[in-house]
Amino acid sequence: MTVPLDSAAQLSQLLTSGEATAVEVAQEALRRIEASEPAINAFNHVAGEAVIRQAEELDKRRSAGQPLGRLAGIPVAVKDVLCTTEMPTTCASRMLRDYMSPYDATVIAKLRAADALLIGKTNMDEFAMGASTENSACGPTYNPWDRTRTPGGSSGGAAAAVAACDVPLSLGSDTGGSIRQPAAFCGITGMKPTYGRVSRYGLVAFASSLDQIGPMSWDAADNALLMSVIAGHDPRDSTSLPAAVDDYSLAVAQADVRGMRIGVIRDQLENPGLDDDARQAVQAAIDVFRDAGAELIDVRFQYSRYWVPTYYIIAPCEASSNLSRYDGAHYGFRSLGTREVVQKFGPLMAMYCHSRDDGFGPEVKRRIMLGTYALSEGYAAKYYTKALSVRRLIRQDYDDAFAKVDILLGPVTPTPAFRLGEKMDDPLQMYLCDLFTVGANLAGLPALAVPAGKTADALPVGIQLQAAPLHEPALYRAAGAFQQATEHHTRRPPQ
Amino acid sequence: MAFSEQEIRQLARLARLELTAEEVRMVGPQLERILEFVQQLAELNTDQVEPMTTALDIQNCWAADQVADGLQRSAALANAPQADGEHFLVPPVLPGGNG
Repeated sequence: MTVPLDSAAQLSQLLTSGEATAVEVAQEALRRIEASEPAINAFNHVAGEAVIRQAEELDKRRSAGQPLGRLAGIPVAVKDVLCTTEMPTTCASRMLRDYMSPYDATVIAKLRAADALLIGKTNMDEFAMGASTENSACGPTYNPWDRTRTPGGSSGGAAAAVAACDVPLSLGSDTGGSIRQPAAFCGITGMKPTYGRVSRYGLVAFASSLDQIGPMSWDAADNALLMSVIAGHDPRDSTSLPAAVDDYSLAVAQADVRGMRIGVIRDQLENPGLDDDARQAVQAAIDVFRDAGAELIDVRFQYSRYWVPTYYIIAPCEASSNLSRYDGAHYGFRSLGTREVVQKFGPLMAMYCHSRDDGFGPEVKRRIMLGTYALSEGYAAKYYTKALSVRRLIRQDYDDAFAKVDILLGPVTPTPAFRLGEKMDDPLQMYLCDLFTVGANLAGLPALAVPAGKTADALPVGIQLQAAPLHEPALYRAAGAFQQATEHHTRRPPQ
Repeated sequence: MAFSEQEIRQLARLARLELTAEEVRMVGPQLERILEFVQQLAELNTDQVEPMTTALDIQNCWAADQVADGLQRSAALANAPQADGEHFLVPPVLPGGNG
């Protein structure tokens, strides 16, 4: 029997009916990972034997008729930015090369409680800073659709692990597009939830006012399943929202957009940076939604051209503050420094500065420098406070749009997956990958990337749906309808 | 705007980074280019706009003042680059000390 590692729903069915055991699923996932890893490098750590033992336990409990969690026996991969006991948490950084977290992130605890098989930790841009998974101390991840291209980033490993059919589900994190952009590049579905919908406790912080954890999967139904497991209030995250969790799976199953007002972000479609394939995917999606009974309405965003500049002030400022904790003293990489520096600045300062210079990679250092500059005396008002004010204007744009429409439709990325190395020499070009995604982070609202087309070279192209805070069900309902009418989410990379 | 090498070194000091000479040469022009790009925001008049510090308009949330389990000392020290079983060990804080 073949084990369908590309569908949590199908796996669940086989496990429930007794046609497959959790051990068989775990073994098959590990075999599959072993076979695909040399070509893809999606994982920084694979759990191995521990997963088999967990699966044996599950099978015993199942045959004893004991109640099991919603993800019982389903292999899930998690981005290496989520704290896990029993597996290292490296953030793909030399700084945390040997770090073992003494506690589980809340989402990890929820996965364990749901009886998911925690199969491993996935590769990423160092500390989630990047759009290609090339800024990794563990080497780049390769796109399963075309190994000469990047899977996107920073959750590139989490996206590639799903696209390579290693696992049906993964968790990424999204600060400026880091779930949605790799989902689009890898032809899968990826959700950036409302800020505060998923607990950030145990998510290694990059930019705390923007970071969210979210699910990645082939289709909206699997995505909603994982989302319903991880969503909810957490007293250990003071920005966590107390609102009740909606039934996301029901929303996907409703798959109904009749009467739904869908706003087409016209200025994004007219953006000269938008590639023809990406534009055509949105245009085709407009027709799909119209045929399904939605009302399509053009909307314009007054401040969308300021999204990326606003983001690249706020995110580095928060990062420079958050990453000050890596000092070589309590955990992480330590370097004592050269005698010259020790003499000049004293042994402690020398340790701080050398540990950080040797422990962090170039992009992380660039952002720390940028944030330090923008927060320094004399510049904070000009850069940081200014960006916070523009952030409010950007949010106002969204509020105005959601007074007229239920959800927004637009592109995820300006282009399909680009080639490895293509943007590594030019940080600004890499930042412009976030052109259409950072708005949702700045405004704190949910956004979903859905596979919606392909290029002449068969590379995947996605569309992005966005909604008002806590309106994830509207996104899942629309994605359910879209995937009922299209087959983009069923296309798999060549083996 | 152009950064001098000395300004970059000063900034690196604030950021607690000991950049190599090569890094100092590289990062100056990169920062200039990024800052020039983000400078677009100056076009907007935001005098009447209140800065938005959180993603959503959330209220402060209070935690009950209750004792809860924290990390065991051994767990807290487990990742230390250097420890003696009770303390984190660091180089001398004052120059001339012997730690």
